[in-house]
Amino acid sequence: MVMKKSIKNIFSQFRSIWVVLKNIFSKRETKLYPEEKIKLSFRYRGKIVLTKTEQGEERCVACNLCATVCPVDCISLQKKVNKKNKRWYAKFFRINFSRCIFCGLCEEACPTAAIQLTPNFELSEFKRKNLIYEKKDLLISTSGKYPDYDFYNYTGVSIKGKFKGELKNESKPIKSTTLLP
Amino acid sequence: MNRNFIMLKTIILLLLTISFSASLSVIERRLLGLFQNRYGPNRVGWQGSLQLIADMIKIFFKEDWIPPFSNKIIFVLAPIISFSSLLIIVPIIPITKELLIIDINIGILFFLMMASLSVYSILFAGWSSNNKYALLGALRASAQTLSYEIFLGLSLMGVVLRAGSFNILDILNSQKQVWNIVPQFFGFIAFFISSLGISHRHPFDQPESEQELADGYHLEYSGIKFGLFFIGEYISITTLSGLMTVIFLGGFYGPFFPSVIWFLIKMICLIFLFILIRASLPRPRYDQMISFGWRWCFPVTLLNLLGTSIWLIC
Repeated sequence: MVMKKSIKNIFSQFRSIWVVLKNIFSKRETKLYPEEKIKLSFRYRGKIVLTKTEQGEERCVACNLCATVCPVDCISLQKKVNKKNKRWYAKFFRINFSRCIFCGLCEEACPTAAIQLTPNFELSEFKRKNLIYEKKDLLISTSGKYPDYDFYNYTGVSIKGKFKGELKNESKPIKSTTLLP
Repeated sequence: MNRNFIMLKTIILLLLTISFSASLSVIERRLLGLFQNRYGPNRVGWQGSLQLIADMIKIFFKEDWIPPFSNKIIFVLAPIISFSSLLIIVPIIPITKELLIIDINIGILFFLMMASLSVYSILFAGWSSNNKYALLGALRASAQTLSYEIFLGLSLMGVVLRAGSFNILDILNSQKQVWNIVPQFFGFIAFFISSLGISHRHPFDQPESEQELADGYHLEYSGIKFGLFFIGEYISITTLSGLMTVIFLGGFYGPFFPSVIWFLIKMICLIFLFILIRASLPRPRYDQMISFGWRWCFPVTLLNLLGTSIWLIC
């Protein structure tokens, strides 16, 4: 019994050598990354961008939800109101990518779908301060993942040319100062 | 004139051996990549050809730290022994008829002596580092030595019997008709296994097992001292496969090609086998290894010796 088992063991050693030797002729699994570009999923959480609507308006209304939800506090921004069309926008919008953990919570929190994570992960820099992205670095000219979505078409926030209660899915605001129905 | 020639030959052979062994570290990584369906180092230079230089620059500029709690003289001595003990047997390996530095009558015995001396490097390194893991590695090395030294000598004795001499050139000349690997097959297998043990290669690398002992006996070594251990391993692979070529595979004898080419082909095949075995076999426990050595290799080599002597008498 012991003899049989030992011979079997020794045979299995030779077999494993043979199996490994056969690997020479099989295809290599490694991707040669910089030469061979990687196609990542559409939902990959890479570099963060700020998107615009189809009309070319900034989506971000500086509501600060992304900065609040951010677990590492890497987002900072300040609200400002555009005098002309009464839209809110971010006076500055800053993401410190050396802190960012690409969790995607900002994207989930954003009511206007402005902040979005893209499959671009090539963010390496030699200096840390180059990783602090300002609004001009983050803002892109296209609408990203949700092209049709415009925040002001779905909510009762009034801007110039659209007042409260004008949307189809919206009822007229109640005037709380009068007693009339 | 003659003395100068020998000097030159020696230096050239020494440099060739060391540089080949050093480049083995890259060749091995490439080959391991091949066995494991990946590319090895292929970034520095064309197909990773300058990787060796990059490694050397890295290892030269690392801090060469001697731990204050170590025994300093022995700590420094250990890598030197490791590097040189098997390098010293290069002169007795005849690469061709002319390319042999010394032709001594006790060639095999000289090799056995150097092989047993190489154990000291590990014992010294493990003991003088004053580190528990290093000492455990050294202990395992001694356990391993117990299991391979015996049949290392015995497996060569069949060859010695056939040639009737300890001289390596005589052994070479005795295999003009048939290589020793055919009549001495079990001797070859046993010698190959024990040479895996001498060079501390997988699967017999218990003294330096990374997973359990965090690199074992050379745990406290850094910089060029570690480099000496590292290159020492490849030097022992090179010299042992050269020796195996000479003793078992007919050395430089072969048709068509010049003798150097034959020697190199055989040697490189053996090195390939070393690396292949590293890529494929798991590491046994040291008690498994001792039992394998004593219950399998020892009787097999004894029977081989017995059979050879009976065949020679008849």
